[in-house]
Amino acid sequence: MIAISFALRLFRRDWRNSELRLLAISLMLSVTAVTAVGFFTDRVGQAMELQAGESLAADLVLSSHDPIPDSYREKAHALDLKTAEVLGFPSAVLHGDRTQLVMVKAVSPGYPLRGELRIRAAAGGAERIAQKIPQAGEIWADPRLLAALDLTTGGRLSLGEREFLLSGVISRDTGEASNMFRLGPSVLLALTDIPSTGLVTPASRVHHRLLIAGDQAEIAAYRSWIETHLDENIRLSDMSNARPALRNALDRGSRFLGLAALVTVLIASAAVALSSRRFVERQADASAILRCLGASRALLLKVLLIRLLLLALTASLFGILLGFAAQFVLAALVGEWFTAELPAPGPLPLAIGAGTGLITLLGFTLPPVFRLGSVSPLRVLRRDLNVAPTASWILALCAVAAMGLLMLWQAGEFKLALLVLLGTLLTLALLLSVAWVMVAILTPLRHHSNAIWRYGLAGLARSPVMTSLQMAGFGLGIMALLLLTLVRVDLLDTWERTIPAQAPNQFLINIQPDSVAPLQQFLARRTGGGGDIYPMLRARLTAVNDRSISPESYQNKDAQRLVEREFNLSHAKSMQPDNRVVSGRWWRDDELDEPLFSVEQGLAKKLGIQLDDRLTFDLAGSRISGRVSNLRSVRWDSFRPNFFVIATPGLLRDYPTSFITSFYLQPGNEKLVSDLVRNFPEVTVIDVSALLQQIREIMARGSIAVEYVFLFTLAAGLLVLYAGIQASREHRRQESAILRTLGLKRSRLLLATAIEFMVLGLLAGALASLCASITGWVIADELFALAYRVNPWLWLAGTLGGGIGVAVAGVAATYPFAVRPPLHTLREA
Amino acid sequence: MVTDSNPVFARRLSKNIDAPAGRIDILQDVNFELAAGEAVAILGASGSGKSTLLGLLAGLDDASSGEIRLFGEDLGELDEDGRAALRAGRVGFVFQSFQLLPGMTALENVMLPLELAGESKPRPIAEAALSQVELSQRLHHYPGQLSGGEQQRVAIARAFATQPLLLFADEPTGSLDQATGRRISELIFQLRQQSDAGLLLVTHDAHLAARCDRRMLLENGRLETAV
Ligand SMILES: Nc1ncnc2c1ncn2[C@@H]1O[C@H](COP(=O)(O)OP(=O)(O)O)[C@@H](O)[C@H]1O
Ligand SMILES: [Mg+2]
Repeated sequence: MIAISFALRLFRRDWRNSELRLLAISLMLSVTAVTAVGFFTDRVGQAMELQAGESLAADLVLSSHDPIPDSYREKAHALDLKTAEVLGFPSAVLHGDRTQLVMVKAVSPGYPLRGELRIRAAAGGAERIAQKIPQAGEIWADPRLLAALDLTTGGRLSLGEREFLLSGVISRDTGEASNMFRLGPSVLLALTDIPSTGLVTPASRVHHRLLIAGDQAEIAAYRSWIETHLDENIRLSDMSNARPALRNALDRGSRFLGLAALVTVLIASAAVALSSRRFVERQADASAILRCLGASRALLLKVLLIRLLLLALTASLFGILLGFAAQFVLAALVGEWFTAELPAPGPLPLAIGAGTGLITLLGFTLPPVFRLGSVSPLRVLRRDLNVAPTASWILALCAVAAMGLLMLWQAGEFKLALLVLLGTLLTLALLLSVAWVMVAILTPLRHHSNAIWRYGLAGLARSPVMTSLQMAGFGLGIMALLLLTLVRVDLLDTWERTIPAQAPNQFLINIQPDSVAPLQQFLARRTGGGGDIYPMLRARLTAVNDRSISPESYQNKDAQRLVEREFNLSHAKSMQPDNRVVSGRWWRDDELDEPLFSVEQGLAKKLGIQLDDRLTFDLAGSRISGRVSNLRSVRWDSFRPNFFVIATPGLLRDYPTSFITSFYLQPGNEKLVSDLVRNFPEVTVIDVSALLQQIREIMARGSIAVEYVFLFTLAAGLLVLYAGIQASREHRRQESAILRTLGLKRSRLLLATAIEFMVLGLLAGALASLCASITGWVIADELFALAYRVNPWLWLAGTLGGGIGVAVAGVAATYPFAVRPPLHTLREA
Repeated sequence: MVTDSNPVFARRLSKNIDAPAGRIDILQDVNFELAAGEAVAILGASGSGKSTLLGLLAGLDDASSGEIRLFGEDLGELDEDGRAALRAGRVGFVFQSFQLLPGMTALENVMLPLELAGESKPRPIAEAALSQVELSQRLHHYPGQLSGGEQQRVAIARAFATQPLLLFADEPTGSLDQATGRRISELIFQLRQQSDAGLLLVTHDAHLAARCDRRMLLENGRLETAV
């Protein structure tokens, strides 16, 4: 009880201490970054589950510039699938005397089959999910159109020969993500109203789409039917083929965010460490007095711990609130990642935020706090009697344990945690050892220089511990700034470059063996390239290690879906260049006839497949079995044909095979596709340009989001710089006063200070540049499988910027002592 | 012996310190006793070891050799917490540099030893103590908001609040001007008379020393009776 009341009394006043405020702000910053990213990735994760087919508004889409024959719809109905039709074309609408180019989208009842259409009764009004499409004579429009024409709902719009009532504002049409021909704002109306506009004649260029949706099995049946019946002018799109690429881009985006949050936590911890040291020093007096008055060691500890807990809780609370607010910005920045609105965040990030605050604070303050319990009461008589410093290995151990725990928790991934932790430890070790070496070198050197330099350098040699701490603080701070500016830009650029401008956007499947050679020639002639052609067979996984499996064997939804569907199997002599064996080994030339499989690692993980497992596939009625000889990683975002499972050629030789390839279709070159389909009627063309577009969008917006989170890192970096300068403030205040009393001129005092900080800053900057380059390179290579190039500007900016920046900040912080009359300071002492 | 029932009893006390520059003998073979209610002044040049001796007798530090008894308990046999418990409520301190907790108000500072001694209603006692030192108007001020003399008065209130058996005072007027110093010493002796506490007073001030029952001089590490 006494402990609590003492702690509360002291806590009330604690906020007066600048170091405690710094401590609280650093903590709050960590918690904010972690919670913002936590909340956000939580929402992204949930959205991923919902994403599925929404951006197509269907599971399958047939599209053509000619009307799509009824037979396709009838077949779908026969299979119990739902259908809807969409007609799209550009046109002009008229309101009063103003016209505006729009994309007209006419839909049949039932649209959208997947995802949702949200409208508002008036611009800015409440959003609701549209249960029906617009009624006859009514039209809905993008808010952009309303703005352009100065229009409100209830107004009238002319489209062709017909006048419509504007009855709704489209707030979200999930099906629009797949629409790459957006020339202007869109308007939505019922398909049955189109004839009365007189706009569509057989000669006009309109885009017809047939949307199809239904159960997995029926969709699969429809797909296999259509692969043999697809008309040459009709294109088939389906999102699921390319889902891994989308997921990959999102995963990377989330990882970047997580990493940015992690770096923020790390750097803010350095500020926590610096300021907690001063906090503890300051507590020594109070502890000695309390002991003198008869307080026991246990009581002292309790009082301190309660105060620290209160501090952690308060800082975490504010951090969580800020983080919650910050994630709204984040969500707004990436809004278009998802066609659907992001779901509300779950409660888990709350716990993560509070936990981060607590772990960070306790990890850095517990060891010195325990020392405080044993402070000698004699300190009341002899001020210079300092608390025995905590053995540095205990400090290090505690801090590393806390950081490791945090990182493992945050990264959710051992490798990432380990990398970041190791990187930071190495950086710290480097900074500290260089500081010690520097002090050792400077100590003799300073006797051979003039007074100003001597005083400046003496400042560094005076207290090796302080110099090391400052060096560590400055180094980490500068590193954060470098990561923020140069490394981030380089990394994000590299990321965006992973999808080259000319990444394949068309997949050709169902290529028959005798068409392979002519098709390759055709593509070489017409596109100047044409990728490799791979055999492809469809098969269903029926048993693992002779235990038969079904969707019910798995808990995970993804796994169930995977088992339900047929896999695309391929066979190959050698591995594709962008694949990498992660365990086991690829088959040798003398093993080509043995029954072996190579399995993509993600699939293996989901289905619990291990190296050397025996897999059995049902391939058009016959069973083939083989042993898993290796697991592979695949770069799905290369947009080349890739396969979950690859077999040895011998295993699949006797089965009928079709082939798959991909190529880049230049916009405006659509004629190539119709020529291709005419020459190779059996080939099915799948257009993934919409998906590519979406992924590029994710990257672009993801980069903005990462930059935003890095703002927290920037704040943490500045904070740790500030903490570093504050660390020697007390010393400096006293010394300045004494030196000035002894007659040192103000300008020379400031010059000496500048020299001291400049030397520190230059060294810390050079080291930080080194560490930032290495960090950037390792992160790119290990975590994102990106090839990263070191930027020479980073070195220049880091070193010079570090030297000048730290000198300026240091002089600015010392300036007040240099200008106030020294007597003030001396009297206060 | 009768003497070791005295509140303070020390025999053959030595204190030396291994400094980097060599061993320093601060105290050598010091014998000292303070009877109940007695006031003893310790005089000596700066750096002669007065504070060191006071710290040892109060159990704030360990002696290098010798025996110290506080209220009959052998300090050498107690650990830090044991000594703290021995002090709680029975020993008051006044220091040259006040030693108030900057994070607590005047009232809270005075309540502190009462609470540590287990007093269930510390507040009225603390208020009374502060009114005795004429600080009733400043109960809720923090030390930083008080002058040196006022801070020392809070410290005195804090020292006497528990009605201690013993008061240790280390140059209580050392950092105050003469007039304020007078007033402080006046207060100390006045309050001591009321509570009949023993007093160990370390001071330079001859006036102050003259008011004590006995005076001792610390010189070259040895304690001698002064005239
Ligand atoms: N922990 C210590 N380390 C080094 N020297 C000390 C220590 N404690 C006391 N001394 C030295 O012992 C001597 C006596 O100190 P002190 O008791 O404070 O003297 P006084 O209070 O009489 O002025 C001084 O010379 C002081 O420097
Ligand atoms: Mg002294």
